[in-house]
Amino acid sequence: MNVFADTWTYLTDPGNWQGEGGMLQLLVQQLLISVTALAAAMVIGLPVALWLGHLGRGGFLAINISNIGRAVPTFALLAILVTADHPGVRTFGPYGRAGVATLIALTLFALPPLITNAYVAVREVPADVRQAADGMGMTGLQKFTRVELPLALPLVMSGVRLALVQVWATATIAALVAGPGLGRVITDGFYRSDYPKGIAGAIVVALVALVLELFAATVQRAVDPTPGASSRGRRHPKSVGRRRVAEAAEPVGS
Amino acid sequence: MTLLAQATAAGQPSCYSRLTNEWFCTQYLHDYRSEIVDATTQHLGITVAAVLLGVVIAFPLSLLARRLPRLESSILGVSTGIYTIPSLALFPLLVPFTGLTATTVVIGLALYALTVLVRSMLEGLRSVPDDVRESATGLGYGAGRLLFRVELPLALPVIMAGLRVATVSTVALTTVGSLVAYGGLGNLIKDGVTTDFRAELFTASVLCVVLAVVLDALIVVLQWVLTPWTRGAQA
Repeated sequence: MNVFADTWTYLTDPGNWQGEGGMLQLLVQQLLISVTALAAAMVIGLPVALWLGHLGRGGFLAINISNIGRAVPTFALLAILVTADHPGVRTFGPYGRAGVATLIALTLFALPPLITNAYVAVREVPADVRQAADGMGMTGLQKFTRVELPLALPLVMSGVRLALVQVWATATIAALVAGPGLGRVITDGFYRSDYPKGIAGAIVVALVALVLELFAATVQRAVDPTPGASSRGRRHPKSVGRRRVAEAAEPVGS
Repeated sequence: MTLLAQATAAGQPSCYSRLTNEWFCTQYLHDYRSEIVDATTQHLGITVAAVLLGVVIAFPLSLLARRLPRLESSILGVSTGIYTIPSLALFPLLVPFTGLTATTVVIGLALYALTVLVRSMLEGLRSVPDDVRESATGLGYGAGRLLFRVELPLALPVIMAGLRVATVSTVALTTVGSLVAYGGLGNLIKDGVTTDFRAELFTASVLCVVLAVVLDALIVVLQWVLTPWTRGAQA
């Protein structure tokens, strides 16, 4: 039980948080690289996936990309990317030593949940709503922007939420192979048998993950155009069975 | 004794020597065969143990959640919360309780598998049509027989889909266990990164994916074998 006391001591010592290589700096770096990677993945993945969903094409790819992403260990891909002759520079401005390779890897890992959820979200807009839009004389583009997008938004957001959790987890592992980030605190602690340090790092990483998840859930609720409907849906999962499966089937993967 | 020394002693540099350091190297597969087999065996053992433990815990939990809807949201909430924690952070949190052992990794991975499994079990049991359930009750099926002879077989496709997801992601996550030195192929990957040994790193990564695909295929076959039997029994 001594480990817990030591962990607490480590966490409450301001010296461990401040300065170069302090946990605060690592935390900011990891948040920065996670958010950047997520934004990049959203810019790349969402438009394509949403439009494919509108056209109803490419479903096989959109759904299976998640299955493929699940089977590839994040640790292995990160290790290969970092060991390979670098795509880009090792040090990258405010991102610290994480470098472009890590940014690429994180973006890749954020894509599958985004693409699968966005595609499924648009496909799941009920056929009668689509027909009603057609009957009102909407063009394809109008139907997409005024009907399908708003109705798809909650599920798209849950994809973003999954991707955020995924990216944070992957960024932690990235620190294991590629330099700073809070994962470094964990691995340093373990490889040097300084377990309180490792556990302290793990606690900070886990807490931030939970905070990010709660934050994303709040945002998701805020952008839901039909809040009553979807919260009822959550309580009576039978009516949204497929949606829940799609959500549950997603990997965090790391 | 370095790899370089070995290679020069043999007269010809092997493809995994420091000079060439190729990504794929059959010589490596040959020379390090026992090490690779050991790591794969450990990987497989940890994965199977974790998934089985997950199933054993998830089954009663999903029954409980189905029986008590009030518990359902808290069970799902807690398991989703665990799922949110990165694996690299979850293993250290378990270390004070289980130490630097394979148990730490197995329990951690089982907790992740649990989230997917509980959800798919609940979903599967819910997918059983009410009239089927009523018919079985009308035929005099008690609660236990109803569950094992009617509901579970009908829920099997959804449960198996969850099992596939859980298994494939567990294979991938096992690599992170290298933090506590029980990562199966992850140990080779970690070693490959720290010593810049590309053949080792690449071989272990490929084996991970192969292992995931093979286990996934095995579950598909298992389902294929199980489903006609259940259909026959229920028809």
